[in-house]
Amino acid sequence: MSRKRVIPGFGLTLGYTVIYLSLIIIIPLCALFLKAAGLGPAEWWEILTSARVLAAAKLTFGASAAAATVSMVLGLLVTWVLVRYEFPGRRILDAMVDLPFALPTAVAGITLTQMYAPEGWIGQYLDKIGIKAAYSPIGVFIALTFIGFPFVVRTLQPVMEDLGKEIEEAAATLGAGRWTVFRRVIFPMFVPALITGFALAFARAIGEYGSVIFISGNLPYKTEILPLLIVVQLEQYKIESAAVIATGMLSISLILLIIINFLQRRLDWQHR
Amino acid sequence: MKHQPVTTESPLVKGLLITCAIIILTLFLLMPLFAVFVEAFRRGAEVFIASLYEEAAFSAIKLTLIAAAVSVPLNTLFGLSAAWLVTKFRFKGRTALLSMIDLPFAVSPVIAGLVWMLLFGAQGWFGPWLAERDIQIIFDLPGIILATVFVTFPFFARELIPLMEAQGNDQEEAAVTLGANGWRIFWRVTLPNIKWGLLYGVLLCNARAMGEFGAVSVVSGHIRGKTNTLPLHVEVLYNEYQFSAAFACATLLALLALVRAS
Repeated sequence: MSRKRVIPGFGLTLGYTVIYLSLIIIIPLCALFLKAAGLGPAEWWEILTSARVLAAAKLTFGASAAAATVSMVLGLLVTWVLVRYEFPGRRILDAMVDLPFALPTAVAGITLTQMYAPEGWIGQYLDKIGIKAAYSPIGVFIALTFIGFPFVVRTLQPVMEDLGKEIEEAAATLGAGRWTVFRRVIFPMFVPALITGFALAFARAIGEYGSVIFISGNLPYKTEILPLLIVVQLEQYKIESAAVIATGMLSISLILLIIINFLQRRLDWQHR
Repeated sequence: MKHQPVTTESPLVKGLLITCAIIILTLFLLMPLFAVFVEAFRRGAEVFIASLYEEAAFSAIKLTLIAAAVSVPLNTLFGLSAAWLVTKFRFKGRTALLSMIDLPFAVSPVIAGLVWMLLFGAQGWFGPWLAERDIQIIFDLPGIILATVFVTFPFFARELIPLMEAQGNDQEEAAVTLGANGWRIFWRVTLPNIKWGLLYGVLLCNARAMGEFGAVSVVSGHIRGKTNTLPLHVEVLYNEYQFSAAFACATLLALLALVRAS
C-alpha cells in the first residue's frame, strides 16, 4: 500500500534532482562510454594490453593496494588510541586525521615531494639507508597512503565508539587475557569496518592524480600511473585511447563502488 | 584492595600505543602542512610577498574565486533538492539515486575533466557546433566551472542527507497539518534546523572547489594569466623550479584546509 505523501515538494525536487544529475554526471559519463564504444574490440584489446598501459595499471593497482593495506594497519592503531585512551592533545590529533582530506591534492603533491626528495626532511635519511623514495614507485605508495589513511580512521571510528565494554568484561571474567580478548573478541568486530575502509582508500587511490604526479617522476613504463597516462594520451590528441583507458578504469571503480555500498549497508545494519 | 580494570591495557602498552599514534600523525600528516609554510618562507618574507603580489598569481586567485563562486551555489541548490527528496519521501529507485549521487567519488578527477572534453572539446560531440558559433568552453572558464561542478557534486548532498535523515519529518508534518505550504515549511522549519550543517557543507564544497587540481588541469589548457587556477599556478611554478613562489601560493590553499579542519 502506498502511503499518501504529506509533505509537499516531491515533484519539484524529483524533477530538479534528476535533471541536474543527468546533465552533470550521467550524460557526460555516457559520452565517455560511447566514445570508447566507437572503437572495435580489437582496438580495445590493443590499447589495454599495450606494454605502457599494463605497466601503468600494475603500478596503479599495486601501489593502491599496498597503500590501502598500510593505511588499514596504521588506521587501526590510531583509531584505537583516539577512541580508547584519554590524553592531552587527543582532540588535536583527532582533527589532524582529516588533513589529507582537506589539503588540496596539488599542495600535498609538491610538499610530499619536497619532504621525500633525496635532500628533503625525511628523504635524506631514507637516502642514507639506500631507499629512493621520491621519483620511484615508493613515492607513489607514500602519496597514496597519505591520501587513503583518513578513510580507514573515519570508517572505523564510529564502530569502535559504539562497542560496549560488556563483551570484553564477559570475556575477561571467563579468564581471557587482554591480548586474547582483543584478538578473539574485539578485532573480529572491526573486520567489516576495516574492509570498508580498505575499499574506500583503494578506490580513492586508483583515481588519485594531483598528489602523485609530482612525487612519482612520471617515467613511462616505470613510475607512470593510469590517470597520468590518460592525460598523456590527451596531450598527444589520442582522444579515443584516452577514452578507452578511462572506461576501463571507471568500470573497475564502479564495481568497487557497488562493493563499498554493499559493505556500508551491512555495516549500518550491524551498527543498529 | 587494588582494583584492576579488565577492559584496558597495562600503562606500558597504553603509553607505547599513544606514542606510536602521535609519531604516525605528526610525521605523516602534520609535517607536510608544516613543510608548506617552511618552504614558502625559506627565502624570506619578501620573496613570499612578491610571489603573491604578481599578475599571474592575481589572475589565478581571481579565476579560482570565480569558479568556486559559480559551482558552489549550483551544488548547494542541488544538494538541498536531493536531500529534501531522499529524506522526506520513500520512492522506487531511491537507493539507486543515492548511489548515483556518490558516483563522482568513484570517478578519477582526470576522467571528470575528460568527459567534458568529449562533449565540448574540438573532437567532441558539440565541438563543431560550438566552433561554428565561436563559443569556447574547453580551455576556458566554462570548462573549468563544469569540471569543478562535477568533482564537488556529491559533497554538499552527502553532508546534508544524514543530518536531515536524523532530524526526521515530525516537525515538517506538523507544519503541514497547521496549513503551511512547501516553501514556508522549508524556510521556517527545515532551514533553521539544518543551518549549521548547511554552512559546513558549503565550506567543505568550497574548499574542494578551490583546491581541485586534476579535473581542472585537463580542461584548462594551462594558459598563463588566463586559465590557470591557483592549484594550476602552483604546479606551473613548481615545474619551473620556482619552489618558494610555488609554496607561497600553496599556503593560500593550505589555509583553506585549516579553515575546514577547525
